[in-house]
Amino acid sequence: MQIDMTVNGTAESHDVEARTLLVHYLRDSVGLTGTNVGCDTTSCGACTVLLNGQSVKSCTVLAAQAAGDEITTIEGLASDDGRMHPVQQAFQECHGLQCGFCTPGMVMAITSLLAENPEPTEADVRIGLEGNLCRCTGYHNIVASALAASRVPEMQK
Amino acid sequence: MIPASFEYVRAGTVDEAIALLSEHGDDAKILAGGHSLLPLMRLRLAQPAMLVDIGPLRELSYVREEKDYVAVGALTRHHDIAISPVALESAPVLAHVAGQIGDPQVRHRGTIGGSLSHGDPASDLPAVLLALGGTLVAQGPNGQREIAAADFFVSFFEVALAPDELLVEVRVPQSSDGQWGFEKLTKRAQDWAIVGAAAVRSSGGVGVGLINMGPIPLRASAVEAALASGSNAAAAAAFAAEGTEPAADFNGSVAYRQHVARVLVRRALEKAGV
Amino acid sequence: MSILGNRVLRREDPKFLTVGGTYVADLDLPGSVHLTFVRSSMAHATIVSVDTSQAAAMPGVIGVYTNDDLGMANFPTIMGMTNAAMTAPMLASGTVRFVGEPIVAIVAATRESAADAAEWVVVEYEPLTVVIDPVEARKDNDLLFPDAGTNTSFTLDFGGDESLFDDCEVVIELTLANQRVAPCPLEVRSAAGHMTADGRLEFNSSTQAPHGVRDALATFLNLEPGKVHIVTPDVGGGFGAKASVYQEDIVVGWCAQQLGRPVRWTETRSESMLGLGHGRAQVQHVRIGGTREGIVQAYRIEVLQDSGAYPNFGTVLPFMTRVMTSGPYKIPKAECASVSVVTNSTPTVAYRGAGRPEATAAIERIMDLFAREIGMDPAEVRRRNLIGKDDFPYTTPVETVYDVGDYHQALDLALEMAGYEELRAEQARRRAAGDVRQLGIGLSCYVEITNGLPDGEFGAVEVRADGKVIVRTGTSPHGQGHVTAWSMLVAEQLGVPMEDIEVIHGDTDIVPRGAGTMGSRSLQIGGAAVNQAAVDVVEKAKDLAADLFEADRGDVVLDKASGSFHVVGSPAVSHSWADLARAAVAKDGNPLFAEVDLASPGPTFPFGTHVSVVEVDTETGKVTLLRHIAVDDAGRIINPLLAEGQVHGGIAQGVAQALLEEVVYDLDGNPLTSTFADYSFISAAELPSYETRFTETPTPVNALGAKGIGESGTIGSTPAVHNAVCDAVAHLGVRHVDMPTTPIRVWNAINEAASGNQNGKERR
Repeated sequence: MQIDMTVNGTAESHDVEARTLLVHYLRDSVGLTGTNVGCDTTSCGACTVLLNGQSVKSCTVLAAQAAGDEITTIEGLASDDGRMHPVQQAFQECHGLQCGFCTPGMVMAITSLLAENPEPTEADVRIGLEGNLCRCTGYHNIVASALAASRVPEMQK
Repeated sequence: MIPASFEYVRAGTVDEAIALLSEHGDDAKILAGGHSLLPLMRLRLAQPAMLVDIGPLRELSYVREEKDYVAVGALTRHHDIAISPVALESAPVLAHVAGQIGDPQVRHRGTIGGSLSHGDPASDLPAVLLALGGTLVAQGPNGQREIAAADFFVSFFEVALAPDELLVEVRVPQSSDGQWGFEKLTKRAQDWAIVGAAAVRSSGGVGVGLINMGPIPLRASAVEAALASGSNAAAAAAFAAEGTEPAADFNGSVAYRQHVARVLVRRALEKAGV
Repeated sequence: MSILGNRVLRREDPKFLTVGGTYVADLDLPGSVHLTFVRSSMAHATIVSVDTSQAAAMPGVIGVYTNDDLGMANFPTIMGMTNAAMTAPMLASGTVRFVGEPIVAIVAATRESAADAAEWVVVEYEPLTVVIDPVEARKDNDLLFPDAGTNTSFTLDFGGDESLFDDCEVVIELTLANQRVAPCPLEVRSAAGHMTADGRLEFNSSTQAPHGVRDALATFLNLEPGKVHIVTPDVGGGFGAKASVYQEDIVVGWCAQQLGRPVRWTETRSESMLGLGHGRAQVQHVRIGGTREGIVQAYRIEVLQDSGAYPNFGTVLPFMTRVMTSGPYKIPKAECASVSVVTNSTPTVAYRGAGRPEATAAIERIMDLFAREIGMDPAEVRRRNLIGKDDFPYTTPVETVYDVGDYHQALDLALEMAGYEELRAEQARRRAAGDVRQLGIGLSCYVEITNGLPDGEFGAVEVRADGKVIVRTGTSPHGQGHVTAWSMLVAEQLGVPMEDIEVIHGDTDIVPRGAGTMGSRSLQIGGAAVNQAAVDVVEKAKDLAADLFEADRGDVVLDKASGSFHVVGSPAVSHSWADLARAAVAKDGNPLFAEVDLASPGPTFPFGTHVSVVEVDTETGKVTLLRHIAVDDAGRIINPLLAEGQVHGGIAQGVAQALLEEVVYDLDGNPLTSTFADYSFISAAELPSYETRFTETPTPVNALGAKGIGESGTIGSTPAVHNAVCDAVAHLGVRHVDMPTTPIRVWNAINEAASGNQNGKERR
């Protein structure tokens, strides 16, 4: 079936099977491989993207369900002039990533979290990331990245 | 990881969804938020021939204050319930519990109707609904009918909806802060409850619902009866395991779950001001 | 101004943050077909029949293969040490021995058609008796390999000194579990291969050891190693489990050869939980003896190692456990013996720490029991027994020679950071008040061995005609930041800015040899090799400069600030690196470069002390980690940002083992924790921010003065957390709670102690 949606501001239209998961639509049809698959039980969050501005696990959304929606992936977060989004920048400055596999999902989840809660406490961030698993960093610097990003003036608007 | 193939149909209206259910019977499953169904399908534990996507029916997404109850559309997402001013004001236990189901991403997609229709005794919302003494509104080819929460959970993952019925609304009595308690024991924040308890105090008495204490969501009826006859929280909580059939697994033996039920019911009652 | 020792941000990051890494599954491989496996649903059974006919007829299916089709030999024994009658076939043949063992390989046009076809393979099994418990397996009543005549796969026969504890006033014993865990890298196993027109196998693998993959493929596919080209893209974590080559990797290569098309494979997480090797899985019996003044005089540990169904690296890890038997203590007499047995479960492999967490966990647990028996504070007992800083190099009773350390400094600093006295006071207050939520304080003093295998490492530095520097390394980073760290080392030696340095790893054509990244070896041997190559290049450059300047070699100066050479006293006349690179080529046609095969100067021994503070809800048994303090010493720290990151990650995994994670099988060998929903992979919500500090006691063993840090966090943390939990409920009569200290385990322990049923062992 033909499924249309907007991905990172670009209109996409691809013919895929009904059972195609959004994560596979993005990776295989649209060709954006930044979003990763880390599990098969909706547990790890590596597949997190923004759907109409809210974080969702794209492995548990059918592409068909997202027809007509606006998707933002890690590739679409930086500004058009290439400047990194404050969350991306914070991850760099706080050493918030090691192998990088969970990172796109983490960044998108935190972006959504900060949109809903612009001044989170550390506890807010930790509980807010309960659905995003990381094996490398022990989360310490990821949490620091989220809190650092929240303090950037541009994020507090 | 890859579900089996299926036919996908988007329902434009509630009536259209019901018509599809009538036509296809057991071959068709409703797709709301998809966060109960799709995980099963990805492991091929469920292989419906057709999915009827009612996600676009945003007219079923609302939280409204009615005369003496709060009406929640079946397709209201957990996140939207959690931040709804009406829910926070008049059904705070619902807002609280909706706000801690799964994780933020799950809450952006999962719906109250989908969660309740799934009939999972380990889910949080059924126990809350039982404690609140809510009502489910189902719609079928012959119109709407109301089902009391106490009658809704029939057997293991089976609810009192006919194959051609759609859950359209959830109604809960109004309550306020200080009148409820919700306690859940998990190993990790994102886990299903090993055991959980919800207690709601109202003019009519105290309702207590249990999570994961049997094949269906259960009310702690013996606790409610003890409270009605004047017991205090601790004494009433001693009856928490009565009438339950908790499973034994590596997270808890039967004895352990019974014990934890007693502890969590007591704590929930205390939080509810009992 | 040295760049070393600074918190230099990672050069790797911008790509990962803006477009994501490129992992094997992300590679654009036009025309590739998809491989999937049908795996055993039985833990132990004879394969009566395998019917692949329906699967083969499914749309899109290209090939369906069993072990007979592959016609390859079994995997070899592990380093020649494990039971030769227990080798693993490529695909299960005749008998399946664990749930998840691959039986059939299916190649299809798409991922979907492969998954659909897999549903149609019909395997008929005749059940055999399942042996899951290693204690039962050891009795040899039911054998996994009848031809072997035993379930024992490997033994370390040491010790047996009956008189070890004769002179001890106090003797304590304990049997404890170091439970099976799953490494769970976020990226599952993935590989892809295709044959080129000139008969080379181009192969991509999510691996920690590309040259090992190359050699294994060459062996099994009858290719010269030069005909196999491994390109390792980004790898999403390994933690030791991806240091092994797996049967699935070889089958990918075989299919590529067979079909003449690119073949790719990416497992699902559920497959990975069964097929990727597991970690730990020891049952330990420990005995400690000492004086009532707290001096430990003797220690013995007997290890029962669970190999899983086929001996893999985990089988021989007790060797590493033995190496660290006596920990950081000056115990005069100590012994370690081990028996490894096969069971009907996933094979065990190296997993962060690989044998050393097990050693530390055992001795740290019994040190606490010893302290309790003699009524002494656990920190004080440790203080009295730690090896002194002037006692190095120190030879332990098992003949391990520790290089250098200041164990007392780490202990004191950790206790100070923790506010130990205040914590004990708070604990006492809560105990006196009978609080429902009790406080537990746990300690762990550890020392561990890094770079413990004898492999050397390859490093090369070349300066190009444009002045850019190419570094080649035999290490294989998968999150550790070697590009940044090796750039720092080379920038330091050459005076070339980091952004002008390219670091290449993981490509076996470009990097001719290497042992990969594991065992916390990379900096001290791989970084050291690169460092040495850089030093050598500077020397060669000075030779060339001397020629160009027509000056004495001894008068040539490298000005690192400007990255140029001049004659002492005449800085105005200089030659750049680019000049010298061109001069090198002009001289004899060779670029300006140096290659080093650095022989290993031997292992080094990082150490430290961790303190953990937990709260136990005594009504439910639920444990909350409140604080975790870590003082670690890995010698000279080249980049504290990277080193801290390694400690953080290690701590999380160590805490996870203590509190939450466990691979569980039922009695029929069915795995109960084979998804991320069932397996308690720890999340941010269960952890606090850590309080970490480094002390730096440089090692004399290598030129950098550096030890490894990658596994220290895991080794040091688990026992501290475990001890904290046991400490929290000790006053209720609980002697020991096995890991993971899940709510039910803790509650059972409290309950049993309350009903007077002590879970103790004999004592004197």
